[in-house]
Amino acid sequence: MADHDITLTVDGTTESLTVESRTLLVHALRDQLGYTAPNVGCESGKCGACTVQLDGDAVKSCTILAVEADGSEVRTAGALADEADGELHPIQAAFHEEHGLQCGYCTPGMLLTTEALLAENSAPSREAIRHALKGNVCRCTGYGTIVDAVETAAERVDASDYPDSATGDD
Amino acid sequence: MFPPEFDYERADSVAEAVDRLAAHTQAGADAELLAGGHGLVPAMKAGDREPDAVVDLDTEDLVGVTEREDSLAVGALTTYSDLADSTLVREHAPVLADAVAEVGDVQIRNRGTLGGNLVEAHPAADPPAAVLAADATLVLVGPDGEREVPATEFFVGERETVVDPAEILTEIRVPAAGDGTNARTPETGTRDAGASGAGSTDAAYVRRTHPATGYALVGVAAVLDRDGETVTDARVAATGVVEHAVRLPAVEAALAGGPVDADARTAAAATADDDLDTGRFRSDPSASGEFRQGLLATYVERALAAAVV
Repeated sequence: MADHDITLTVDGTTESLTVESRTLLVHALRDQLGYTAPNVGCESGKCGACTVQLDGDAVKSCTILAVEADGSEVRTAGALADEADGELHPIQAAFHEEHGLQCGYCTPGMLLTTEALLAENSAPSREAIRHALKGNVCRCTGYGTIVDAVETAAERVDASDYPDSATGDD
Repeated sequence: MFPPEFDYERADSVAEAVDRLAAHTQAGADAELLAGGHGLVPAMKAGDREPDAVVDLDTEDLVGVTEREDSLAVGALTTYSDLADSTLVREHAPVLADAVAEVGDVQIRNRGTLGGNLVEAHPAADPPAAVLAADATLVLVGPDGEREVPATEFFVGERETVVDPAEILTEIRVPAAGDGTNARTPETGTRDAGASGAGSTDAAYVRRTHPATGYALVGVAAVLDRDGETVTDARVAATGVVEHAVRLPAVEAALAGGPVDADARTAAAATADDDLDTGRFRSDPSASGEFRQGLLATYVERALAAAVV
């Protein structure tokens, strides 16, 4: 039996869908449900463009079967501005101001890895930021401005503001 | 990049997963167990593996770290992140904490599991060297019941272990390392809580990262039991160098009974390749076998220094 009925909670919305066994989470999100924030980059678990949070943990949605995620809560970068009533989320604003992006393809993944980092460590060192972002590849910026952006975001974001981004301790 | 088609089955218990794997095996089907999926899913996407069925073992029974009288029991489905964050692992199996912190990146560590890693038996993965140096015992459950395999007998080839097709690695038992007051005594192999007060265990895992793959080009795990300055038992293991992670008996013998000062570390490191035929070293476009052989001695020395300095 290759088809499975699953339920995901995506950015707060309950979604029911039918997936093949081999459907990857990123394709279920993008192609079947229309959540296009996670991008498909390297397709081999290295670049992090497809990063989402699964039950609070940053993960690579190209390396997880959609059927494995049945019953889970998924958070995409699309939730960030939605939760800020259409304004940029403080992490997004920091990336904007610090020029933490050029083409922007990697940015949705960067934002969610950053959010998970700040939920765990509200004042990370530059070294800790680089360590945390190891799994998110940017081919434009050279990373300096991204680290700047995360530092700026850390100054503005209070982890307690984001109960939905808990890091899996619960 | 989609994996080829396969049947997906979820198992809520080890017993159910074993039953399913056994049924597939008897029917002549190729079934794979899915743990964190960060070895299997990429391999399926790349077309390296095309199982007929994937059995997703999804049970909390195999998640977490438990302190036992003389060992730490690590559930096979515990993620690298949970291990790296575990105070118990940091205190009692520091070499394992060091090694899992090197794996991949945050997203991979949030999802990948220790058990999955060991059964994948990637020739350059970090955890295999750590479980070898930690003298771990691996618990396998299959249709005929449970068996325990020393880590030294677990890896038998490149991506090859002693795990049978219907068997599941359920637990990794790590003899608890000493902290000076609670050291393993080498005579009996049992913990002797505070009796002598003289024993200590030092441990470290260091590696050079492969520039392309992110795995270890060479990784070395070292665990040294000491009585004062004297090494009573040394366990040193390397990954990335040959077809699977291996202990380095010549290095261990060179250290036993002596100090771990700079001269002793250099002398021990000089024996790093004594047990390995030159032709056995792994080679790829990024690094020749000869280069790996040279790195091995350097990283043995660094691991010993990191453990004691």
